[in-house]
Amino acid sequence: MKKSICLYFQVHQPTRLRLYRFFDIGKDSHYYDDFANRTILRRIADKCYLPMNALMLEAIKAHGGQFRIAYSISGSALEQFERYAPEVIDSFKALSDTGCVEFLAETYYHSLASLASYSEFEHQVLKHKAAIERIFGVTPTAFRNTELIYSDSIGQQVCSLGFKTMLTEGAKHILGWKSPGFVYSDASEPRLKLLLRNWGLSDDVAFRFSNRSWDQWPLTAEKFLSSLKAAAASGDEIVNLFMDYETFGEHQSEGSGIFDFMRALPGAVISDGTFEFVTPTKAARKHKVSDELDVPDPISWADEERDVTAWLGNELQQEAYNKLYALVEKLSLAQDPVLWEDFGHLQESDHFYYMCTKFFSDGEVHKYFNPYDTPYEAFINYMNVLSDFKIRLDDAISHGDIKFAARKEIEAPIAAPSKKPRKKPVKKK
Amino acid sequence: MRVLMFGWEFPPHIAGGLGTACYGIVKGLAANGVDTIFVMPSASGDEDQSAARIINASDVAVDTVSTSVDEFLDRVKFVHIGSNMIPYANPEEFSSLVEEERLRQVKDFRISYGQKYKFSGKYGANLMEEVARYAMVGGTIALQHKDEFDVIHAHDWLTYYAGIAAKELTGKPLVVHVHATSYDRGSEENIDTRVLAIEKRGMEAADKVVAVSDLTRGICINRYGIDPDKVVTVHNAVDFSGRENIQVERGVKDKVVTFLGRITFQKGPEYFIEAAAKVLKRTKGVRFVMAGSGDMMSRAIRQVARMGISDRFHFTGFLRGADVQKMFALSDVYVMPSVSEPFGISPLEAMRTGVPSIISKQSGAAEVLRYAFKVDFWDVDAMADDIYALVNYPALTAFAAREGYDEVNALKWTGATARLKQVYESVLK
Repeated sequence: MKKSICLYFQVHQPTRLRLYRFFDIGKDSHYYDDFANRTILRRIADKCYLPMNALMLEAIKAHGGQFRIAYSISGSALEQFERYAPEVIDSFKALSDTGCVEFLAETYYHSLASLASYSEFEHQVLKHKAAIERIFGVTPTAFRNTELIYSDSIGQQVCSLGFKTMLTEGAKHILGWKSPGFVYSDASEPRLKLLLRNWGLSDDVAFRFSNRSWDQWPLTAEKFLSSLKAAAASGDEIVNLFMDYETFGEHQSEGSGIFDFMRALPGAVISDGTFEFVTPTKAARKHKVSDELDVPDPISWADEERDVTAWLGNELQQEAYNKLYALVEKLSLAQDPVLWEDFGHLQESDHFYYMCTKFFSDGEVHKYFNPYDTPYEAFINYMNVLSDFKIRLDDAISHGDIKFAARKEIEAPIAAPSKKPRKKPVKKK
Repeated sequence: MRVLMFGWEFPPHIAGGLGTACYGIVKGLAANGVDTIFVMPSASGDEDQSAARIINASDVAVDTVSTSVDEFLDRVKFVHIGSNMIPYANPEEFSSLVEEERLRQVKDFRISYGQKYKFSGKYGANLMEEVARYAMVGGTIALQHKDEFDVIHAHDWLTYYAGIAAKELTGKPLVVHVHATSYDRGSEENIDTRVLAIEKRGMEAADKVVAVSDLTRGICINRYGIDPDKVVTVHNAVDFSGRENIQVERGVKDKVVTFLGRITFQKGPEYFIEAAAKVLKRTKGVRFVMAGSGDMMSRAIRQVARMGISDRFHFTGFLRGADVQKMFALSDVYVMPSVSEPFGISPLEAMRTGVPSIISKQSGAAEVLRYAFKVDFWDVDAMADDIYALVNYPALTAFAAREGYDEVNALKWTGATARLKQVYESVLK
C-alpha cells in the first residue's frame, strides 16, 4: 500500500471591524470596515487565491486525477468572495468539478463556538454545510474546527453532527512519543477518526520557505520529497500537510518561488511513487486507526503552546468572549436575522486574536495579521461594538415582548400556550 | 570608573524632576561600580551621600591651582553671557568693542577671583548669571580634583558650561545628558534663544550626548544638528524603593480621571478638556480633575466653563509632596496628553499606584511603557474612547492596572545606568 499525503488548505478572511468609537454606540450600527475588507480581499485574491487556484487546477488536470487536495473555506470568506471577488468562487467551482477536491465543514463564522455553546456551534456548522452545498453542490463529510481546535468534548459534538473524520494539530504535548503519521480516533467516540497535522513538514512550507537563514533554504520539491520519504521510512503511513492557503503568494511572496515549488511538487511525488495524494475523507477510509487520543484540554495549531491561549489567554480576551456568549440565550428570543448575522461576525476568532498580549514569543506572527496597534485598541473597539449590539438586542427583545403581549391579548380566547409564539421564529431561522 | 557629575539639584530639596533623576542615576551608577563626585550649586548638607560624594559649589572659591588667571580665562572665556546687541558696527568698531568687553571680563573676574559665590540653586531671575558662575566654579573644582575622575557628565543646559569648562581645563571627555530641550519647554515662537545657544554649544562640545528618549534624540539630531552617531538614548527609570502605596478614602462614588502637571502649552491641557467633554456627553458617573498650575490655567478654566462641564470638571491648583500621591490614589485613570514630553515620569508614578495611564505618543515614556494606552495628543476622539473604555470595561481596567504595576516596577535605574557606563567606556577609548 502506498503511503498517503493529505494536503489541506484553510481559506479564511475575517470581517474586520471599523474604528468604532464609544460615541457611535446606540447611533450607528454598521460595524465593519468595508473598505479595508474589500481592499485586502482583492489584494489577496490577486496575489494568492486566483493564481493558486489556477495552478492547482492545472496540476489536477496534468496528473489525471492523481493529485488531490482539500479546502476549508469559512463562511465569512465565502461572503466576502461573493461580495468583492465572485471570480474566486468560480475558480473554486472549477476545482470542485474535477472531483479531486474535497471541501471540509467548519463553523460558518470561523468562531470559537465549539468552546462556548453547543447550540451555537451546531447552528454554525449546519449553516456552513448548507452554504457549501448551495455553492459547490457537494456535502462535506469531514470536519475541521477553527484553527484546528480540538478536545474530547469537541470530538463528541462533531461526532453527534454526523462527521466521521476530523482534522487537528499533531500537538507534541498530546502525542508524546507517538507520531502524527497515523490515523487516530477520539477517545470516547471511536467512530470519529482524527488526522493530525505534521507541523514540522507543514511549517517548512508555511513559515520557513523564504527564510534564508534556515539551513534547508532554498526548499525545492526534491528536497521536500526526501523529507517526506524520510518520514515514510520511519514508519509514518500518512503525512498531513495542513496550512493556510494565504501561505501561497501572501505570507510567502511570489518572488520566494513558492508557486514554482507547488507546481513541481505534485509531479515529483507522483513520479516517485512512494506516496499518493488523498483527501481527508479518503485518508480516514484508507488507514486503520492506530490508537486513540486523549485530549482533555483543547489544542490548536497556533503558537508554541498549541492551545487556545492565542484567543483566550488573557482576561481581556476572556471578558470579551464571556460577554459575547452571554448573549446566546437572549438572542434565541430575538427573531431578527440581521442581529443573528452580526452576532455571527462578532464571533470570528480573529477579533480575539487581535487582543492577544503575547508580545514576545509569537508577537511577530500576531503583529503581521493585526489591524490594531495594541491589544487595548482591539479590545476597546470590540467592546464598543458589542455594547451597541447589546442595546439593539435588548431593543429587539422588548419590541418582541410588546408584540407578543399584544398578540396574546387577541389570542387569549384560544388560550395558546405562552411558549408557542416564541418557538416559531426559532424554527424559522 | 570614576565620574565628575554636574547637576543643579539633588533630593531632598528639588523643584523639578531633574534632581530625582540625578539621584536615581547616581545610585544606579554606584550599583554598577562607578564612583561619582556630584557637584551642585547649592547643597544644604542633608543630601544622601551614600552613593556619591557631594561637592557644594557655594563652598568653593574660584581659584586655579596650576594655571594663571589669563590662561584660565582664555579657556573659559566663552562663559560670559552678554546680551549686548551691537547693531551696525564696522569691523574696527567691533574689534574694539570685543577688546573692551574682554578687559571688562578680566576685571570682573579679578574681583571675584578667590571668592566664593553664594548660589541660590533655584531657577530665579539671575539664572543666567548663576549658570556662568557655575562654570567658573565648576572649572576650578575639576582642576582641584583632576586625578579623581575619568569622565565628566553634565545634566541639562544649566550645567553644560560647567561641563565644558571642566573639559577645557582637564582635557577629560565630556558627556552631556539631555533631559529636556528648549523645544519641549515652549512653543516654537517663544523659545529663549540664549538657552538654545547654550544647549547647542554643550551638545557640540560633548564627546557623547545622552538623550532620555528616542524622541529627544531625534530633536538633538534634527533641531540641533548633532551627529547621529554621537547621540545615544538611555531611557529614564524610576526609583520606587521604600515607597508604600497610601490608602485614601473616597468622597465620591464617581470614577476619577486625572491630569496632573504644569498647566502649560507643552502639557496639552486643552486636549484633556476636549476629551473630557466628549466623555461626559455620553457617560454619567465620571469626574475629571486637573491638578497643577501654570500659565494656561485661567484659559483652561474658561474652556471648561464654555463647554458647560464645570460641574464634573475640577481644578485643584498646585499639589505638592504627599498630595500628589493622594491624587494618584484617588484616581481611576491618569492622562498625560503632552504635546512634547522628553520622557514624562508621572505616568510611571500613576501606574505604580495601580492607575492605568493614557499617554501621548509624543512622549518618551511611550517608548518604554507597553501597558500604557497611547494616543496622539491631538486625537481627542481616541483619548475619549480610551477614557470611556477604562471607566466602563472593568476587565480592561483591572488588566491594565495589574500589568502596568508590574511593568513600572521592572524599570530600574540599574539597567539604565549600565548603559550609561557603556557610554562612559565608549568615550574613554
